[in-house]
Amino acid sequence: MKTLAILTRNPLSLIGLILVASVVLSALLADFITPFPQHVGSVVDFTNFNKPPKWPNIFGTDLVGRDLFTRVIYAYRISLILGVVVLALAVPVGVAIGLLAGYLGGWTEYLLMRLTDVFLSIPPLVLAMSMMGLLAPTLTNGMIAVTVMWWPWYTRLVYNIARSEKEEGYVLAAEVIGASRTHIMFREILPNCIPSIVTKMTLDFGFVILIASSLSFLGLGVQPPTPDLGSMVAEGAKYLPDSWWLTVFPGVAILVAVFGFNLIGDALREILGVDQ
Amino acid sequence: MSTPTLKIENLKLGFKTHGGMSEVLHGISLHIGKGERVALVGESGSGKSVTARIVLGMLQALKTARISGAVEFEGNDLARMDPKARHALRGTRMSMIFQDPTSSLNPVYTIFTQFKEVLARAKPGMSSADARSTASAAFRDVSIAEPERVLDSYAFQLSGGMNQRVMIAMALVNNPALLLADEPGTALDVTVQAQTLKLMSELVEKHHTSVLFISHNLGVVREFADRVYVIYKGNIVEQGSTEALFADPRHPYTRALLAAVPRITGGGIPDIDDDSKRFTEPLVAHPGFSERELLA
Repeated sequence: MKTLAILTRNPLSLIGLILVASVVLSALLADFITPFPQHVGSVVDFTNFNKPPKWPNIFGTDLVGRDLFTRVIYAYRISLILGVVVLALAVPVGVAIGLLAGYLGGWTEYLLMRLTDVFLSIPPLVLAMSMMGLLAPTLTNGMIAVTVMWWPWYTRLVYNIARSEKEEGYVLAAEVIGASRTHIMFREILPNCIPSIVTKMTLDFGFVILIASSLSFLGLGVQPPTPDLGSMVAEGAKYLPDSWWLTVFPGVAILVAVFGFNLIGDALREILGVDQ
Repeated sequence: MSTPTLKIENLKLGFKTHGGMSEVLHGISLHIGKGERVALVGESGSGKSVTARIVLGMLQALKTARISGAVEFEGNDLARMDPKARHALRGTRMSMIFQDPTSSLNPVYTIFTQFKEVLARAKPGMSSADARSTASAAFRDVSIAEPERVLDSYAFQLSGGMNQRVMIAMALVNNPALLLADEPGTALDVTVQAQTLKLMSELVEKHHTSVLFISHNLGVVREFADRVYVIYKGNIVEQGSTEALFADPRHPYTRALLAAVPRITGGGIPDIDDDSKRFTEPLVAHPGFSERELLA
């Protein structure tokens, strides 16, 4: 709560907070705030297709006459779910591996960190793309692909903190009173990594949305008719610059989400005193 | 005499490095009787701290360490003990105090949370209320005026001296037989260090705790210890009662060490040979204070 109060004091982080809050709220309340909720699925309305922004279609309509505003808001839902699931899977795995490698050292460290390096050496989008090429392009597989490319970053982060924290006096003191290695890793060292992890998670939330959109842009992510920001941009790109609203609104939607999470992440980094 | 709390016999320690073995301890012998306060004095790198680590069993796990000799705790050879039983001694029968009290406390937990963990080592499943009253009582013993406030604080909210008192209280709350004090309070300023040492001294006397006091501060050693071992480059070079050793230092290294203390009256620090050959002369035991005589 105190952190939240500090966030509202700085104009940049306040903007971030407002952006993220509006994204999250609109995704949650999509059923109530969108004018045509039925347009999420495969609806065709040829009397009203490819129309520029005009009330009640404030973002215009797409190539089959669906309300673009409705679809953008529902696409946020998909993006946020994807972000939450990816981080919920990648962070615990990455953190646990980083802790083990950093605290235990020796062969454990060697094996785990070289494995991590292998994943880190492949450009993330290439890795995700090749996975999606092998698997069927669905939302679930998209989450799996992004998770697989995401955990090594947390391993790296926590590994480095654990390596420096394990030299701290309190770790030695815990060893002296006979604390188990599990206790030292998870109860002594891990709590001291939390500020860095939380900061990185906030920053990453935007990037996960961006990567997922990139995958859909390339046709390897969420498939129609499910609304997705990346695939909407890809579809509209063919009709630029005449039907500009097809790309601009989904594009700005991506920007708003990524920018908002980044602003908050940066502010958290400062408040929690994390340096990267 | 009765079984000493700690008896170290011909302890050798080496580390395997790329260039062969690096010898750290060349066979040291020392012992601490029940309730006795023994100081191990020497310069940085002389092998003081590793001795404490071996007693705690923390170097044995290191693959590169080669240890020989016997370490007996209350008559039991540590090397022959079941690892589980040996591990169970830590935090219950043996405890330790460090140089810097503030960094020895985890910054993300309150003092109480950490105190409770120490108590749980000896009595698992102790209730929070019991732990709280035990901790408060222990804090009163180390003259902490507001135990409740301190218990709910984090280490960084307290002064170094207060943290040191907390550490002393934690180290002694489970009534250990042996307290290893590794240059306690070196990170504190001199007056606070003196106060907290006095407290520690009174408490160990009250509890009949044996203490291995590791230090390079001769003034503190003189105040605190009953007996002194002087260690130089992994060898004990002189041993005796505190009075005898300070009044009549016999080994060249001890003399140099005593001469190196800066005087408050000025005159600068005397010139001391960094690596005199005479420092490696064999062990000098003051009459009646050799290991053989003391353990007879």
